[in-house]
Amino acid sequence: MTDLPETTERKLGLVIDLDTCVGCHACVIACKGWNDVAYGAPLSDQDPYGADPSGTFLNRVHSYEVAPEEGPPQLVHFPKSCLHCEDAPCVTVCPTGASYKRAEDGIVLVEEDACIGCGLCAWACPYGAREMDMAEGVMKKCTLCVDRIYNEHLAPEDREPACVRTCPAGARHFGDLADPESAVSRLVAERGGMDLMPEQGTRPVNKYLPPRERDRMPAAPALEPVAQEPRGFLGWLDRTLDRLPGGRG
Amino acid sequence: MTRPEPDLDTSPRISDEVRKTTCYMCACRCGIDVHMKDGRVTHIEGNRDHPVNRGVLCAKGAAGIMQHSSPARLRKPLRRVGPRGSGEFEEIDWDEALETAVSWLKPLREEAPERLAFFTGRDQSQSLTSWWAQQFGTPNYAAHGGFCSVNMAAAGIYTMGGAFWEFGQPDWERTKLFVLFGVAEDHDSNPIKMGLGRLKERGARVVGVNPIRTGYNAVADDWIGITPGTDGLLILSLIHELLRAGRIDLDYLARWTNAPVLVNSDPKSAEHGLFLRDDDGKPLVLDRRTGKPAPFDAPGVQPDLAGTWRRAGLTHRPVMHLIAEQYLDRAYAPEAVADRVGVSAERIHALAAELARVAFDEAEEIPYPWEDFRGERHESVTMRPVSFHAMRGISAHSNGFQTARALHVLQILLGTVERPGGFRFKPPYPKPPEAHPRPHAKCEKGQPLGGPHLGFPQGPEDLAIDDDGRPQRIDKAFTWENPLSVHGLMHMVISNAHAGDPYRIDTLFMYMANMAWNSSMNTRGVIDMLTDTDESGDYVIPRIIYSDSYASEMVAYADLILPDTTYLERHDCISLLDRPISEADAAADAIRWPVVEPDRDVRGFQSVLIDLGARLDLPGFVDDDGAPKYADYADYMVNHERRAGVGPLAGWRTGERGLVHGRGAPNGGQLDNYKANGGFFLAEIPDEARYMRPWSRAYQDWAVAMGFYDTPQPYLFQLYAEPLRRFQLAAEGVGDRQPPEHLRERIKATLTPLPTWYPPLGDGHADPVEYPLHALTQRPMAMYHSWGSQNAWLRQIHGVNPLYMHPDLMARHGLSDGDWARVTSETGEITVPVAPMAALNPNTVWTWNAIGKRKGAWALDRNVPEATKGFLLNHLIHELLPARGDGLRWANSDPVTGQAAWFDLRVKIEKSKPPGESLPVFDPVFARGLP
Repeated sequence: MTDLPETTERKLGLVIDLDTCVGCHACVIACKGWNDVAYGAPLSDQDPYGADPSGTFLNRVHSYEVAPEEGPPQLVHFPKSCLHCEDAPCVTVCPTGASYKRAEDGIVLVEEDACIGCGLCAWACPYGAREMDMAEGVMKKCTLCVDRIYNEHLAPEDREPACVRTCPAGARHFGDLADPESAVSRLVAERGGMDLMPEQGTRPVNKYLPPRERDRMPAAPALEPVAQEPRGFLGWLDRTLDRLPGGRG
Repeated sequence: MTRPEPDLDTSPRISDEVRKTTCYMCACRCGIDVHMKDGRVTHIEGNRDHPVNRGVLCAKGAAGIMQHSSPARLRKPLRRVGPRGSGEFEEIDWDEALETAVSWLKPLREEAPERLAFFTGRDQSQSLTSWWAQQFGTPNYAAHGGFCSVNMAAAGIYTMGGAFWEFGQPDWERTKLFVLFGVAEDHDSNPIKMGLGRLKERGARVVGVNPIRTGYNAVADDWIGITPGTDGLLILSLIHELLRAGRIDLDYLARWTNAPVLVNSDPKSAEHGLFLRDDDGKPLVLDRRTGKPAPFDAPGVQPDLAGTWRRAGLTHRPVMHLIAEQYLDRAYAPEAVADRVGVSAERIHALAAELARVAFDEAEEIPYPWEDFRGERHESVTMRPVSFHAMRGISAHSNGFQTARALHVLQILLGTVERPGGFRFKPPYPKPPEAHPRPHAKCEKGQPLGGPHLGFPQGPEDLAIDDDGRPQRIDKAFTWENPLSVHGLMHMVISNAHAGDPYRIDTLFMYMANMAWNSSMNTRGVIDMLTDTDESGDYVIPRIIYSDSYASEMVAYADLILPDTTYLERHDCISLLDRPISEADAAADAIRWPVVEPDRDVRGFQSVLIDLGARLDLPGFVDDDGAPKYADYADYMVNHERRAGVGPLAGWRTGERGLVHGRGAPNGGQLDNYKANGGFFLAEIPDEARYMRPWSRAYQDWAVAMGFYDTPQPYLFQLYAEPLRRFQLAAEGVGDRQPPEHLRERIKATLTPLPTWYPPLGDGHADPVEYPLHALTQRPMAMYHSWGSQNAWLRQIHGVNPLYMHPDLMARHGLSDGDWARVTSETGEITVPVAPMAALNPNTVWTWNAIGKRKGAWALDRNVPEATKGFLLNHLIHELLPARGDGLRWANSDPVTGQAAWFDLRVKIEKSKPPGESLPVFDPVFARGLP
């Protein structure tokens, strides 16, 4: 079994805004595209043009209907990838030490050369965030684009995870959640950022910003009429026009 | 166990070069960075500098790499050898393919140019394809607008000189209340998502009006689950409330709209309902300074909204009077419309109140010195932070034109258009209908058409009918059936050609339009028309030429295939002469260029068209010696001039002293300039020309300098659309050009000069009791028509499309998730899997669009869920309304524009035994393997 670092200097992670996510799956495919050519083995697809296409994705979007007690039903789009937990059960369960959490930034990774593909980590993860690559037989997971965020060959503004860079609605934010002054920490504080399934005791680094209250347009009193019928309206029009610049009044 | 952390390479190089071009995975045309390694495409991401997407990219765009490597790519020109529909072809070389096409087309041009029908689907090169058709001389050309969103475009242009999407955008940075009506999520998709993100950051309120709460509506602060086809009634009710409360912008209406224009109000006059004009034809307003009529644009004129004027015994009333009279009618009161729109009167009141509050109580004066077209100086502009957006949801109904008009009138009454916080045009818009061409359809043997096919009719004199009233176009565009069909009616071409009505054609030439499957109404019927033979055994539609990149269903029905490249292997121009990609603060255009060369014997369709043009000796495609004028599309993009100094690309042209933008002579190095700039060109609008542009001298002068038009074109917003009144007047019996008797009443009722609402025409046929449910499709955000559903990555996201319905409805029919239902319309029947969804108008069922595939097509295995469980609603939608005993078959289209009324569909459902696969079942195409 594998140890976790006692502390990490930074806690790099994602803040995902469920109020803004439109469920477009841009992050899903950007992740697939980058990680297909980046860290470790490519993300394979089985039967890509067949009856049961099934490939490795490190990030997926699920959609849930929510029925509030008052008001119409809602649809919440919920992107999910590894949450880089502080108490990551996927790491401690790993028999080879292939799964590990980096001391410097808290990113949870799989060292693919040491992975025997036993799948214990996927069983241990309460979020279902790990996927076995069926072609390579190694466990794949979100790397927080560790090969982008420090990549000296990328322009500084591109040193962020592919999912964050691509998100059209700006619903995904990347930063250091150990730093209370970071933009992501401030967002979490302002918007009541939440842990996913805190009862699992995993202490996820990634946070979710909950949807704002919906369907609360003020039931304002109806607009006050200036007239009840066209003739009265035209009288109002005359009077009002006179008060406009250049009016006759 | 503790292991030392492995040594990671955190700076790998995934590419040795980045090539910047333009996406084609939907119609947005975002800029993309294509990462290359060892000459191969490795990764695609958004171009941070590009005006459309500013670095972001949707799922489709990032999955473009799989489109580029798709096994469905065509490899070589093909000649059909089996019967149509079998998909049996032999490969031929390009010379043979092109000479075959020439041997078919040349005699047509010489003898009967109209016997070629050239329609181009999801074409992004309409400026070229339309010009080619014009030079050929056939009147039969259009792209796919008629079955997409022509209602939106036409209503916008006729009302305010521009519409949504390519024509303009909400002021995302300032708007505080954004109301979004039904929108196809691939139309302007990244810009809308980016805009919603900005609104969310600022805490602005987003209201979604849509029967289905997915996507943008899912994040809307308020969702109004309207009954399909009633948006116009809701909007007119909002107008009623705002008028009644006097919460309209009178100063704006008086100065910048035709609200003060005087209208002949004498029902006995032959000009009843037309504007009072001076000898120069200028509409007249009452000038508040003198109390007398004056041209609307006279220097210093102060138009009056209230006064009437009698001339020669005829009363003339300002448009504002007509608006008040029509919309203050209690028939539009929230209480009177609530049941029909499916929204409570309280919510309509609340929305009206919120619109008024934000537009007027949160208004601000922003310092902005500018001069209007009447010569008046202004020191500020008013911010009215309310904006709207809409697309196909309101457009694809048979009342969509008037609904879109109503929405524009609402924006204008609030005074939000071209003001900070409201709706802002994108160059080359604003542009009034009069500044567009009028339709041209009169053809002569061996001669080019007299002008562009598509245009904006001003009255019956512009219809494309001959002296006997017969349609000149195969799609019957610009006829009394749909006078303002400004994008043509692609969905009627095959049906009319098969019926020989109005005449027979010889060759159907199509590009990138899957008419044998998801792009046609009545798919089964269309397939039968494509394969039908006459008594001598010849096909009723004798010849079909088709160009596509992929083995789509339509490929199987063509006789000659001209295989296109993928979008990464081609030149293209995203031209200001075409569908622009500008932003509110800048004009922009862009190119595609081959970031990789094709590894197959395929050619970009536009280059092929240019080659064909030269082989056919079309004017403009050959020089004086008859030699080809352009080597290929790239050459055309650089060297073609539509008018002196105005070409397909506006950036880096040759001026007297070096490179210039806008107008200038061709520049041989232009494409290199584009590539060096990231594949696009951007011209910022001068500071003093950013608002109030239809009336701003600074903007008008800049637009002329850029070459958008040749003289300033200031105009008034047309709350009252006089061209519509001219058609209505004809229907009342006035004038030489008269509609056929059976259309008079419909024209009177639907071509009203002020926006109106009438129930979707299909409702007059499909009895709402017998067919109580509305049935809709939506485009998934991760897919664009039939490409997406064969993309290896995207089909893992949306591989199935059940029919979603409200749980209460399911319960009433004893249906559970995964059960099957028979869905019946008046003209068709399908049996499909169902799934529950509560965030849905309870009388609406829906599914994702264009996922259902025909077995054998698109290089998918025959047993894929797209082909066994996927389905199309198209089988339930006929291009004609059911017969109603008058001996006529009425088109299932908007009577104003001919827009395909996809969303008028009404159905009933009943539980079915699982049939094994979705019904109807079709035989596989390409049974002997992909070509």
